[in-house]
Amino acid sequence: MTKTVTDVICPFCGTLCDDLEVVVSDDGKKLLEVYNACAIGAEKFLHSQAKDRITRPRMRQDDGSWKEITYDEAIEYTAKMLADAKKPLMYGWSSTNCEAQATGSELGEIVGAVMDNTATVCHGTSLIAVQDIGIPSCTLGEVKNRADRIVFWGCNPAHAHPRHMSRYSIFPRGFFTGKGHTGRKVIVVDPRPTDTASVADVHLQVEQGRDYELLNAFRVAFKGEKLPDVVAGIPKEKIYEAAETLKSGRFVIIFFGMGVTQSLGKNHNIDEAIAVTRDLNEYTKAAIMPMRGHYNVTGSGQVWGWLFGFPYAVDLSRGFARYNPGETTSNDLLRRDEVDAVFVLGSDPGAHFPFSSVKKIYDLPSVAIDPHETPTTEVCKVHVPVAFVGVEIGGCAYRMDNVPIETRKVVEPPEGMMTDEEFLGRVLARVKEIKGV
Amino acid sequence: MAISVNLITGRTIQQGVSMEAGKEKPAYTTACGIIELDPADFKKLGAYRNTNVRVTSKYGSVVVKAVEATQGPHPGVAYIPMGPWANMVVNPNTYSTGMPTFKGTPVEVEVAKNEPVLGSLELVRKACRGELA
Repeated sequence: MTKTVTDVICPFCGTLCDDLEVVVSDDGKKLLEVYNACAIGAEKFLHSQAKDRITRPRMRQDDGSWKEITYDEAIEYTAKMLADAKKPLMYGWSSTNCEAQATGSELGEIVGAVMDNTATVCHGTSLIAVQDIGIPSCTLGEVKNRADRIVFWGCNPAHAHPRHMSRYSIFPRGFFTGKGHTGRKVIVVDPRPTDTASVADVHLQVEQGRDYELLNAFRVAFKGEKLPDVVAGIPKEKIYEAAETLKSGRFVIIFFGMGVTQSLGKNHNIDEAIAVTRDLNEYTKAAIMPMRGHYNVTGSGQVWGWLFGFPYAVDLSRGFARYNPGETTSNDLLRRDEVDAVFVLGSDPGAHFPFSSVKKIYDLPSVAIDPHETPTTEVCKVHVPVAFVGVEIGGCAYRMDNVPIETRKVVEPPEGMMTDEEFLGRVLARVKEIKGV
Repeated sequence: MAISVNLITGRTIQQGVSMEAGKEKPAYTTACGIIELDPADFKKLGAYRNTNVRVTSKYGSVVVKAVEATQGPHPGVAYIPMGPWANMVVNPNTYSTGMPTFKGTPVEVEVAKNEPVLGSLELVRKACRGELA
């Protein structure tokens, strides 16, 4: 016999879908089927059942091979590494629950670490812009029920947030949006005609890296002022027309992604996108929202927000929280040799940092906490596998619109496997012993 | 003959699925060890589809398989899904924002028929040890 667990939360992307159904074996030890999830979410659940999953910590030997070690040995290595380091980097924190983030923060404070999350290579520049000029935002529920003008700027939810369009932004019928997608106008701004653009009413194929100009042109067009014939590869007629479409809506929502945060201009692109939103509020209601990637990157920003006052790149090495993107951000610290140990949890910088930063991790004492085998575990000295949050252990996560949702445990982890929170708690206790606090 | 294109990176659904299935698996290499080129750029390069190519920037070099753009046309723009292959060549400078410049790196692409596309773990390991050509 099997049983079906309903209303399961998907721990993949910031959309944090909460309507999954998971079929598990009667004893709750095997996960058999996943319904309602996107291809990526389903794979995440199913991969927890992989036969070749690593279930015990490993330490790299001098000859390059792995040696299995106990959790106690891994805790000892990690605690010593962090306690001995002058300025360790504790990076990741986006694929875990808020409880583990809070325990990790306490640990970071005691060892004087720099705490950074994946926003540093994702929406970090958005956070800088928000601190510069604020953000008029809303929840995804408001989008579903009210928005009739949808803009996807430099993001491709068809690939990165596969159920976003059907659950919230384009297709659903809401309280004031009873016609579903036929009542909405969708504008996609992207240098490629993406799969998201193929379901849009308008695609503006902006020249790569020229988002700032185009955003600025929108502000000019709202006011009916003169534009040059072509801006960022887009003829002015199309800009005027798109601007009019937005002004004529009852509720405009602008979703933006890596196309603007990672291209040159960075935080200034977002400044301008927020200014576009602000200007639109002269004519109608408008809001803007970053398409957050990891399912709980928003949560780590929240936890550090209430603990330290800053959402990422928090330097605790002086005994108080400092924040200065460009100085206290992971890639800058690594490339300038300003950290002397690296602890990674709930992220894969080995795959997703530029190689010059990865090489530095390889050269330093390093520990990776990750259920998977990844390029990060490949370059770290110790790899500690843990239970999957949202699959084998519950806990709080924040959706991209800052709504907290409690994830659920649906299946037992492999026997004897620790969770992020347990492991961090044990390391914290050991560090306190070493430091005598 | 080498061609010059503007490289951008980002997520694809195949990248997401194969990443969750295990980055050590060949499917991850199939999904991310590629460069998506526009048909016009293929013509300039004078290469068949699915040929291995070497992508070189000011910051590094990597061998990937050239495939036709799945979300095109975008002449002059090339796309490598986010991952260790893309990160061998992207511009790591953050210009004091903390954010490396993952999108908009000028690169050269040339045919490298006889060079293999390495798996993700092997690529990172060999690069760290300085064992790459």
